[in-house]
Amino acid sequence: MKSAVLLFPGINRNEDMVMALHKTTGVKPHVVWHTETTLPDVDLVVVPGGFSYGDYLRCGAIAARSPIMSDVRAKALKGLKVLAVCNGFQIVTEAGLLPGALVRNAKLKFVCKEVRLRIENNQTYFTKKVAKGHVVSCPVAHGEGNYIADPETLKRLEGEGRVVFRYAEGTNPNGAMNDIAGICNDAGNVIGMMPHPENMIEKLHGKQDCLPLFEGLLAA
Amino acid sequence: MKAKIKVTLKNGVLDPQGKAIEGALGSMGFDGVNSVRQGKYFEVELSETDKSKAQAALKTMCEKLIANTVIENYEIELA
Repeated sequence: MKSAVLLFPGINRNEDMVMALHKTTGVKPHVVWHTETTLPDVDLVVVPGGFSYGDYLRCGAIAARSPIMSDVRAKALKGLKVLAVCNGFQIVTEAGLLPGALVRNAKLKFVCKEVRLRIENNQTYFTKKVAKGHVVSCPVAHGEGNYIADPETLKRLEGEGRVVFRYAEGTNPNGAMNDIAGICNDAGNVIGMMPHPENMIEKLHGKQDCLPLFEGLLAA
Repeated sequence: MKAKIKVTLKNGVLDPQGKAIEGALGSMGFDGVNSVRQGKYFEVELSETDKSKAQAALKTMCEKLIANTVIENYEIELA
């Protein structure tokens, strides 16, 4: 399983993701700088978390327009798997690869804590080793993770089973509509989520709840 | 040519910053503030001298970067 992790100025969770992918897939991911115009030949591209461009203008807005994103968009439309975490989720929604938007947390606070995450769709490449309805612990760390979409989009996401992750047991940390923590596109190859599964896979993380997600990548 | 661009949240999009400002105004003793919505303001200097071309270019800039039309509206004013 060959993967690549994108790197934008201000991104700071890339190393966590590189380590997680290296550990779970056995292959060290390529790290691709934002000014590159072509992705290497990979099965998965990860847009990691952090604070690209210091969250200037809107979170993810400027990174979404960087040169590498044109190739990500073109290849995502042809089925390349894209996993976007936290700032990555903001970047791919800004790039139009996923619907809706991530806005300021309803209570204005930056949240850095553990939430409970329910796997709502286990048919995706990232969730297939986990039972539908299974709840895992997963950390979040964001100030703008409040997912919003217009009523029609929301209805479509729910109706088509495209809500992949939902905050469970009253742990919605940001006011996201329908407790949405992560969604996928209609083809299922682009997944965006606010929580950081890459930070819940090692014994030293305290829990390894999210390890099966990464193990699912290998079963692709 | 100089343009002034206002970007505001669409109706119905929660604006917690506006709400916080509204609350602060109330606690400072400013009565009668019914609501506050926070937006953004941009000044853009253009070398273009043709007004309609500038307008068209600015519209594209707003659609592609300056505003996120999923959640925001924009208004362009050309000086």
